[in-house]
Amino acid sequence: MELIMEQFPIVVRALNVGFVQTLKLFFITLIGACPLGLVIAFGSMSRFGPLSFISKIFVWIIRGTPLMIQLLIIYYFPGLVLHKPIWGGGEGGRFLAASVSFIVNYACYFSEIYRGGIQGVPVGQEEAGLVLGMTRSQIFFKVTLLQMIKRVVPPMSNEIITLVKDTSLARIIALQEIIWAGQAFMKGSQGISGAIWPMFFTAVYYLICNGILTLLLGKLEKKLDYFQ
Amino acid sequence: MSILEVEHICKTFEDTEVLKDISFSLEKGQVVSIIGSSGSGKTTLLRCLNFLERPDKGVIRVNGEVLFDAADVFTGQEAEIRKKRLHFGLVFQSFNLFPQYTALGNVMLAKELQAKERPDYKEKKKEIHEEIQAQAEALLDQMGLSDRKGNYPHQLSGGQCQRVAIARALALQPDILCFDEPTSALDPELTGEVLRVIKSLADQKTTMIIVTHEMAFARDVADQVIFMDDGYILEQGDPMQVFENPREERTRQFLMRFTQREKGGVSKRR
Repeated sequence: MELIMEQFPIVVRALNVGFVQTLKLFFITLIGACPLGLVIAFGSMSRFGPLSFISKIFVWIIRGTPLMIQLLIIYYFPGLVLHKPIWGGGEGGRFLAASVSFIVNYACYFSEIYRGGIQGVPVGQEEAGLVLGMTRSQIFFKVTLLQMIKRVVPPMSNEIITLVKDTSLARIIALQEIIWAGQAFMKGSQGISGAIWPMFFTAVYYLICNGILTLLLGKLEKKLDYFQ
Repeated sequence: MSILEVEHICKTFEDTEVLKDISFSLEKGQVVSIIGSSGSGKTTLLRCLNFLERPDKGVIRVNGEVLFDAADVFTGQEAEIRKKRLHFGLVFQSFNLFPQYTALGNVMLAKELQAKERPDYKEKKKEIHEEIQAQAEALLDQMGLSDRKGNYPHQLSGGQCQRVAIARALALQPDILCFDEPTSALDPELTGEVLRVIKSLADQKTTMIIVTHEMAFARDVADQVIFMDDGYILEQGDPMQVFENPREERTRQFLMRFTQREKGGVSKRR
């Protein structure tokens, strides 16, 4: 116990650095995947057959394979197989590859949620807008959008909380996120080695982060409760 | 001159011919009731008039102006249609109020969006907004909803929702107001309040087309009754004549079913 107390400040400092990288990956993924998901959703709902077909196949492949495999393929395939290392070396390259993998993966999940939200708004809403002489874009922004958001918030909350934890998968390509930082103390780092508790302690970071997110997303859901 | 002239409208969905040559006209300030069994094409006719469906054949004229001519592709373009459909208002069976707006907001929304296209909108923003709000409030008062202006649709009864929907349609001052079975989604005890509002509009000489299954109401409110059957107008004329002395056997059968039901008290609602 005394030993842990002694190690604690050093470990926390290292874990904080790792967690910043975790949060960076989390936010970049959200910022990228939210709009890309909408594009894929419109693709799969397109009346143009080939576009809808390609979008659906793409979503099937991405949702049907593990994110960990996608990370490995996206990071190593260009360099090892094509002999064209596009990601660059070091932490920057790993972060870029991880971001691309996560954005693509989460965009596919989001697209299915959006599709449900869009198709869940009754046709009568659009027709009422049309009859009142509104343009298609006015109908989208003033009538249907908020109803879609309301429908989409609960399933999106689920995905967002999963995303926080999924960032740990980036460890597989040695991205220096919080799991990597915790693991370093098992092998030996800053005079501490063979310590397993830092790994366990990373769970506290995820818990607190998801606690805050749950509160925020719950508030958003409440805010949209004023209509049905 | 007739305010509305509909000539030879035909509409087919895939293999089903829903409208098979519909022609009628309507004078300003008059009310026409359209009756007929489900699937006879009544709703499709209203949807064609409001450009929610595109007729395959036929012409629609309002005040002598050709709004739609199936033979002329230009009359079917989106931007053109948007202006033209403002000649018509439509009240839906299922209200279709916008859930995220209050009763007042529902009535004001379309008008406010239109105002933004006015060249003087930026300078007179406040006055325009107040004007629109005053008009919307007056309409809701007229509908007997003075104390419901700030309520959201889910806080209102079906009858109240439908009256908000009527106010919303009236806000744009359409030449012709269409009703698609306005009381069919309501509990029997709530139909009266909606029918009373429509009746008062008729008394104020609002030009209206009303698709309804309320026979007593159809007869009471209309200047002209149209009986539709299987995509055709089978009979049309003065309500007294159509209801008391139908020329067609099919009309007689249809009315008989209804009068029996009304005598049985099932749909006697007024």
